[in-house]
Amino acid sequence: MDELIIQSGDDVVRVRQHVRNAAASSGLSLVDQTKLVTAASELARNTLIHGGGGVARVEVVKSAAGRAGIKLHFADEGPGIADVNLALTDGWSTGTGLGLGLSGSRRLVDEFELKSEPGAGTSVVVVKWSR
Amino acid sequence: MDVGASQQRMAAFLRDNHDKIVGSWSDLVAAGLRGRTSPQEARRQLEDLYALVIRELSGTDENASGELRAVLDELSRNRARDGFTPSETALSVFSLKDAVYELVAESAELVPEYLAFSRAVDDLGLRTFEAFSAAREQIITDQTTSMMELSTPVVRLWDGIIAVPLVGTLDSARTQLVMEKLLDTLVASGAEHAVIDITGVPTVDTEVAQHLLKTVSAARLLGAECTISGIRPQVAQTIVSLGIEFGDIATKATLADALALALKHAGLKVVPA
Amino acid sequence: MDQVPILKIGQTLFVSIQIDLQDESVMLLQEDLAAELAATAARGVIIDITAVEIVDSFIGRMLATIGSISRLFDAETVIVGMRPAVAITLTELGLSLNGVRTALNAEKGLALLNGRT
Repeated sequence: MDELIIQSGDDVVRVRQHVRNAAASSGLSLVDQTKLVTAASELARNTLIHGGGGVARVEVVKSAAGRAGIKLHFADEGPGIADVNLALTDGWSTGTGLGLGLSGSRRLVDEFELKSEPGAGTSVVVVKWSR
Repeated sequence: MDVGASQQRMAAFLRDNHDKIVGSWSDLVAAGLRGRTSPQEARRQLEDLYALVIRELSGTDENASGELRAVLDELSRNRARDGFTPSETALSVFSLKDAVYELVAESAELVPEYLAFSRAVDDLGLRTFEAFSAAREQIITDQTTSMMELSTPVVRLWDGIIAVPLVGTLDSARTQLVMEKLLDTLVASGAEHAVIDITGVPTVDTEVAQHLLKTVSAARLLGAECTISGIRPQVAQTIVSLGIEFGDIATKATLADALALALKHAGLKVVPA
Repeated sequence: MDQVPILKIGQTLFVSIQIDLQDESVMLLQEDLAAELAATAARGVIIDITAVEIVDSFIGRMLATIGSISRLFDAETVIVGMRPAVAITLTELGLSLNGVRTALNAEKGLALLNGRT
């Protein structure tokens, strides 16, 4: 597992590149790679902008049936999200923009877990499996 | 009882009685496979397995576990390929217990160690079953993928006009494949018009409609306009009753109608020869 | 920080995005385009994203914003060369690039711009 610090825009780019390499070596199709890296970009950006910076962990995983996959974990110690359900509906946003970061990312991956509480930071774990 | 020490005693026992046990095991396996393998051939396959079992029990080698499982998986795959049933393969593994028990019963020592060992061998035997299942699953998945590929052609109707005749249900997996094929064809052909024919799609519910809308959106991002054709009367009624809106996407009853529309948009006209 | 070059050919501004853009480069491109549009009274903008492998909501927003800015200068924007994998991902993401048109390549994009009255 690799751990990457997210403290700047450069770090978001680095996370993208790292995830792309991991996805490519795990046998994900081109479309699946693109989806995963795009989701990683969204979540890394969220960590930076809403979480005040944090960390991304990239791990290669194996399913019970023997399929390879990539697991990403984004964590920050920021203000947290008060209403998780609201955050996951399309169009929600606290900043300017289309507010698609979370709900959109969820559609791009196979597994999605969000944990957040006001004042206790945010943690997002996603998994994308190869077919 | 210290698990580690117990296992090591078992490992030592297996080492000391190597020839006897492996010989017995090979005979049992050959007998179980009803003559399709000779004891000598069986022995060759089992020697590696035996050595790895001892290594894992000794507890000194971290890699032993992984290697043991890998060899078992390989054995399962080969057996499956050679036409043996998963039970036959599992029984081959289980008969190691019988081979060991013969000797343990004689000396009456190591009974508690034997029990733990027996459980461990059970796990290994079950694993061969899992490996067999997994291999079958993979074959099914591969065949499903093949079938989907074959039933999702993208054809060229005319210069700049391509068609995607869909036959069968349009689930998310199929939609992904349709989108990929359609978009790749758009890039390769430079077509600006696509007709998605759903005559062969049995039911059009909200989910199918969403898949169609997604496909059209994706095609638009590549500069192509889509027409959906093959709307049967019952399907039309279902769509309206479900409140599905196709917005600004043109829909036609038949592929012919859609082709006429695409030709018109492309600035082409069909005239008598 | 990389600056994306803007080419002017006739009445059209051409931008080709070749690399994984940093956030600052994105903002700079927006500013540069606005400045060019104001200075040259160009009627069209073609943004070529053939080399772009990832378009997330930030980049998507930038493209939509460029479309809006162009319209204020009475210019139309066409995004060209989107990769299939990117198009599929954007559709899944639910990002609609409203206000910008799309075409397969720069040639078709130009035809689109010239087709309008």
